[in-house]
Order: sequence, then C-alpha cells, then structure tokens
Amino acid sequence: MAPVSLEKINKVYENGFHAVKDLSVNIADGEFMVLVGPSGCGKTTALRMVAGLEDITSGTLLIGGKEANDETPKQRDIAMVFQNYALYPHMTVADNIGFALKLRKLPKDQLRAKVNEAAEILGLTDWLDRKPGQLSGGQRQRVAMGRAIVREPSVFLMDEPLSNLDAKLRVQMRAEVQRIQRRIGVSTIYVTHDQVEAMTMGDRVTVLREGVLQQVDTPQVLYDNPDNIFVAAFIGSPSMNLYDATLGADARSLKLGSQEVDLPESVLLARPALRGYSGKKVVAGLRPEHLPAEADNATGPKLVGDVELIEALGSEQVVHFTIDANRVLAEGAVDKDEAAAVKHGEGVARIGAKIPVKVGDKITFAVSIEDMKFFDEATGLAIRG
Amino acid sequence: MRNRKRVGWHRYVNGVNIAVVVTALFILIPLYWLIASSFKAPNSIGTASLNPNPLSGGNYSDAFVGYDFGIYFRNSVIVCITATALVLILGTLAGYALGRLPMRGKFPTLVILLMISVFPEVAVIAPLYLLMRNLHLLDSYPALIIPYTAFFLPFAIWILRNYFLGIPKEMEETGRIDGASPLRTVWTIVLPQALPGLFTAGIFTFTACWTEFLMALTFNPSNNYRTIPVGIAEFGGNFNVPYGTIFAASVVAVVPIGVLVFIFRKFVISGLTSGAVKG
Repeated sequence: MAPVSLEKINKVYENGFHAVKDLSVNIADGEFMVLVGPSGCGKTTALRMVAGLEDITSGTLLIGGKEANDETPKQRDIAMVFQNYALYPHMTVADNIGFALKLRKLPKDQLRAKVNEAAEILGLTDWLDRKPGQLSGGQRQRVAMGRAIVREPSVFLMDEPLSNLDAKLRVQMRAEVQRIQRRIGVSTIYVTHDQVEAMTMGDRVTVLREGVLQQVDTPQVLYDNPDNIFVAAFIGSPSMNLYDATLGADARSLKLGSQEVDLPESVLLARPALRGYSGKKVVAGLRPEHLPAEADNATGPKLVGDVELIEALGSEQVVHFTIDANRVLAEGAVDKDEAAAVKHGEGVARIGAKIPVKVGDKITFAVSIEDMKFFDEATGLAIRG
Repeated sequence: MRNRKRVGWHRYVNGVNIAVVVTALFILIPLYWLIASSFKAPNSIGTASLNPNPLSGGNYSDAFVGYDFGIYFRNSVIVCITATALVLILGTLAGYALGRLPMRGKFPTLVILLMISVFPEVAVIAPLYLLMRNLHLLDSYPALIIPYTAFFLPFAIWILRNYFLGIPKEMEETGRIDGASPLRTVWTIVLPQALPGLFTAGIFTFTACWTEFLMALTFNPSNNYRTIPVGIAEFGGNFNVPYGTIFAASVVAVVPIGVLVFIFRKFVISGLTSGAVKG
C-alpha cells in the first residue's frame, strides 16, 4: 500500500505528439482514483507511465514517497488489469493467477494457498482448473482481477477493465471491483472513458482533456461545481444544457434567446464575479433535473420550450425540447456523432412520470435558478467567486 | 423446380466438391502409383497394371542392401534435424526481436530477409563451393547444415514474426509487470501461443532441407555424406536405371514428412489464443 504522486508529468512521443501535459495528481494511500476523459485524452498514457510501460518524458513520479521514474515495472510493485484481460490462454486459471508468485519463487504450498484465497474472494474456486477459453466474459474479468490481487501490490492500475462486458454485467462488476478494492485497501488508479463508471466508483475523479488536467475532486463536487464548460458537459447523463445567454445591464436578468429569466439577489451573492459580466455574453448551464415541469400559474423564473421527444423511463420522463437560444457544445465532451444529432437549441429535462405531456406541446419549466451555472464565454471557466 | 432441395447422394454433387475430388485425385494418383510400383517385382515395373502382383519387397531390400540407402537416410536425418533446430531457435529470437523489441532499421532488415529468401540457389552455389573448400568443410555435415540454416532462416523469421505480432502485446506487458525477464516472457508466454507458427516454420524448413538437391550434390559428393535426394539420383550405373529401387527409396523418403505432419498436427489448433482476450 502506497500513495502515488504525479508531479508535472509530461509525455511527448517520438513523433512529437504531446500526449500528457504537466499532469499533477496525488493519490492518497488506499484511495480509489478514477482518470476519466474522452478517448485520446491521455488517460491511458498516464496510467502506463505509472506502470512503467511507457517512459516519462519529464516530471516526477513518486510511489510510496520514492521516486519511481527509472524503476522497472517489477520494482514499482504495481499490478495492472488490462482492458482485454491479457490472460495466458495456455495456462489454467490457477496458473494464471499464480504466475507472478511463481516468478517470485514462492514455495508451492504457499502459492497454492494464496491462489485459493484469491479464488475464494472472487468466486472462482470451481474454475481453477479451466483454461480462459472456457470462461465467460465476467469470469475472465475476475481472473484478471485475481492475478492482480494475489500479488498484494502497493498500487492497482486498471485500464478500462469493464468495457468489454455487457451493460448488465458491467454494473454488477462495478460494485464488485469496488468491494474488492475496499477490502484490500490498495491505492487504485482506474482509467475509464465512461463518466457513469467514474462517478459511481471513484473516491475522487480526475478529468482529463487533450492531455491537460481539467479538475480533480469528488464526484459530487465535479457534478455540482464544475470548473469549466468541458467538465460541466462531460460529467452527468444526460449532460448539462448549455446555452449562449446575455446578462442584463445590472446582472439581474438573463436573456436566453427570446426569453428572459430574472436572477434573484441570492444568485449574485453566491457568485459575486457575475456582476462584472453585466450586459455581456455568458454561457448558462442547467442540469436536466433543474428544469421541473410546472403548472402555468406558479411563480418564479420559467422557460417555455417545444417538446420534441419523450423518453418514459417509468420513474421519470426525459423530455427533449427546443428553445430559440443557441446550444453550446463543449468540444470533446460529447462525441461527434452525438454532437451532430443535437439540434439547434435542443435541451433535455427530467420531469415527473405522471405529468401529462406529448410531442408537439409547449411545455413550461420552472427554472431552479440557484442551481444554474455560469461560464465565461471566451475561456470556458466557471464564473463563481 | 430448380431450387428444390436435393436429397440422397445428389446433394453432394456440386462444383466445389467435384473440384476437391479432382484435385485430390491429381495429387493421390501419382503417389499411389509410386507406392504400388515400389512393391512390384522388377520385371513388372512400368506395366499398366495398377496393383502390384505379385507383391514383392525386393526393391526395398535392394535399396538398403544393394545400395547404401541406410547411410543416405541417416545423413539426411542428421542434417535436416540440426538445420531445422537451428532455424527455429534463431528464427524465434530474430522474429521476436523484429516483431516486438524497439530497434532501428526493422523495415530494411525485413525487406533484405525477404530478398534473401527468394534468392536463386544456383547463383550462389559456385562462390559457396569455394568458401566451403577454403574452410575445409567439403564432405562434412556442417557443409550442408550451415548453408541450409542460412537459406531457410529468412522465411522462418517472417512466419514467426507474423505470429508474434498476432499475440496481444498486453500479455507481454503483464509478464513484465509480474517481473518476468524478456527471455522468460518469450519462453513461457509467447512461444506456447506461437506453436502453430513454430510448427509451420519447422515443417517448411525440414521439408526444404529433406528435398534439397543442388547444394547436397555440390558440397558433399562422397558416398559417406550423401543425402537422400542425391543418393537416389545416383542409383544405378551408366546403362541401367533401377526404377523399382528408386521407387522404394522414394517411398521411404516420403515417410518422415508424413510422420512429422501426423505428430505435430495436434499443435495446429485453430483459435489457440481464443479466450485470452475479448473474442
């Protein structure tokens, strides 16, 4: 067990591609840290640098307080789980799990005891004599986990270990991986492109974009207080509705397309910097759950939209609507196909399952104005203090 | 009613199956004729009869007793097994290095190897002869083992390299993290998965050595170091060609190749790597 610390880590490939830029993150002892970002954001590269499979161009990597830049993967005492599991097809499950211990020349009886213990934890006892080819996807994933835990490493590294599983199994294994990590208490770095996985699993989450650190914090803080438009759009599903908007002259109102929303004093008190944007353009963000549908006679700020599509989920309805404001798409946060499918001015709201609504209706949303986020139009940074 | 499903033996009558049967006969008939003729009595060789009647083992005893076929066979076995072993060992190391390890000039090396593997033997036989003579290696086993290894290595390297490329890199990385040395990684992780490639390269090399004629004839002319192809060619004298003996010796020469394929076929298990990674 050891803390891991990355200090201004850079990776520049031979062809000049700068994959990771000045990345600094501290992972506490026993912490479950998730690295998340769209594909090509440098998260896997960062993980491979920690593993020692990739050279560090510049910066310092500390494992257990000791500089590890020039150590071999073996010396770093880490265990890694790969996306494709990388099980040895010609060895049985027991041999796969025990391979690292065999290399350490552990006596046979001890080796068997450790393999059995790991198999017990993972529910693989009945499968120890099988070859990987005879196992299901979930079992293979467990063998890969077993191979990592049996070594009792100081750090676990996981590179999208669940992405080859089907959706149902993934949810199940998500909980299982967490359970095992808690039980063993080893510092873990977990790479994923799936923000749901990141939110549900991580003690803290590191968001990366094009090799640059965007924000590191607990899932809840990332969700409630994103530092910039990218994090706001990337975290959360369905993602945050982001619109171009203009603040009124005294910053007491906000113009979204042709509609105007009053901003109460409390909003400005919480975000004093907002006054500096009086009369200027900003990006306004609202999570889908902050737009509840409301009876026409209710007071408070409102938005009216045209219903385009309704997804009834049983417990709630996800309503896709349009307003005449310009929708902002954070580059890289949503993939290109998804971005192309988003209509001009489209937004998403979560409303109660019982509210009668149908496609083509005009719908009035109450705006939960205290929860609205504001971002600088040019820099994309959150406007707060 | 052209689309009605055909029943009985009629359903096997189609273009593909006919082509298979014709091809098989094309290959098998000469082989059958060779084996059948080898059991014929000397005076009925070359007659039209398809079955050896009477059945005779005379040709076989003649090959081993009348001529020194036993010596040729032994020589061929020694030369071919040694050369094949060398090719596989060197080919594995070189193939792995060219496939996986970071090194400069990989591509030029591979192209040069490919060029060498298609080089006409005839073009180098004379200089090689002089080289062997100066090294005092003529009429010895190394006279054949060395050039065979050199000639058949490039092809083996290509086959093995491609096999190594097909093995997921993560397996070796896992090995590295677990603390296995590169040699250990190759031996316990990579090679078992590359067995079909090793088998293919091995069979190819062995067969090529086993049937090689020109170098064997040039470098090892003395009876004691003659290999099978040269030995069979030199059966008989100026005025007679002992076809029966040649047929018998040829059958014996074919046997090791058949045995080899039979023994190693179980290693060519398709999908050996299935289950290792997402399938």
